[in-house]
Amino acid sequence: MSALRILVPVKRVIDYAVKPRVNKAQTGVETAGVKHSMNPFDELSVEESVRIREKKSAPGGVEDICVISAGPAKAADVLRTAMAMGADRAIHVDVKEGEDLEPLSVAKLLKATVEKEKSNLVILGKQSIDDDAAQTGQMLAGLLGWPQATQASKVTFGEGDSVEVIKEVDGGAETVRAKLPMVITTDLRLNEPRYASLPNIMKAKKKPLVKMSLSDLGVANERRLKIVKVTEPAPRQGGGKVEDVDGLISKLKELGAL
Amino acid sequence: MSALNPELRRQVIAIYKELLNLGRDYPQGFAYFRPRLHKAFMGNAHLRDEEAIRSAIRRADFVKKEIEALYYLKRYRTLRKRYDGV
Repeated sequence: MSALRILVPVKRVIDYAVKPRVNKAQTGVETAGVKHSMNPFDELSVEESVRIREKKSAPGGVEDICVISAGPAKAADVLRTAMAMGADRAIHVDVKEGEDLEPLSVAKLLKATVEKEKSNLVILGKQSIDDDAAQTGQMLAGLLGWPQATQASKVTFGEGDSVEVIKEVDGGAETVRAKLPMVITTDLRLNEPRYASLPNIMKAKKKPLVKMSLSDLGVANERRLKIVKVTEPAPRQGGGKVEDVDGLISKLKELGAL
Repeated sequence: MSALNPELRRQVIAIYKELLNLGRDYPQGFAYFRPRLHKAFMGNAHLRDEEAIRSAIRRADFVKKEIEALYYLKRYRTLRKRYDGV
């Protein structure tokens, strides 16, 4: 029965409640002066790893919960939040503003970290709410050659390092079982993430946060994709009111529905 | 006026600070939240009976849990709308 060493990658994204605006050059969304917070799906994965420890659901116990984020200096804020929620320590991989990593680079970076930290369970959010790529977890599992359970809605631990995961699939649930080490990506209904309380935020300031660069982990930020254009969705066409039934019928005929 | 129980005083200040911290994410804004929170606490400032103070603290705790639940539900519903299409 091996003790769990959980790695939880988190991303700092534009807050879910903010309406993103496309920048003038149409190359992306405006990020300056916009409220940022932790990707909600990553909050689920932090919460899940803390719950595994608190509920002692893993027979081998949880030895370590390490959060990692790659991004500009402010990514440290979400790492502090994650530690306030209950993670033990954090790794901040410094990436300059505007040099965002593609999912494959992130997966390579995580692979290097997993090997360095000897993690045996990686819990990721299924996707980030800014890029919506939903690729990192799958790519990481592929690179490591580990089993993966995506869109998890329930995680239970069994005898002999086996893990049973209920996954959300179209119109139902799918149960899979695998042996550690493995990769899990979280879905919305896995748990209810806690709000980091003030005393815990204070305590999190004393938890260790290690700074690293991409080259420390032997990863280069190469871009394979070029963003050609980013545009806002077409504005919604307003509906019209009709006076009576005749008006409705003539309107429907006009639109070719009758 | 009798001396106040220092332990209760500490608890009141702690819960006030926690609520203030929560209020920063309030949907209608911190500027809406803060005066109302202050008013609610000032309204109970005259309390001297220890049992009454304790029950006020319990109420503040309850409100804190309600606000946390509100934030969670707001986010959950927004995300469900966006990603599950219901």
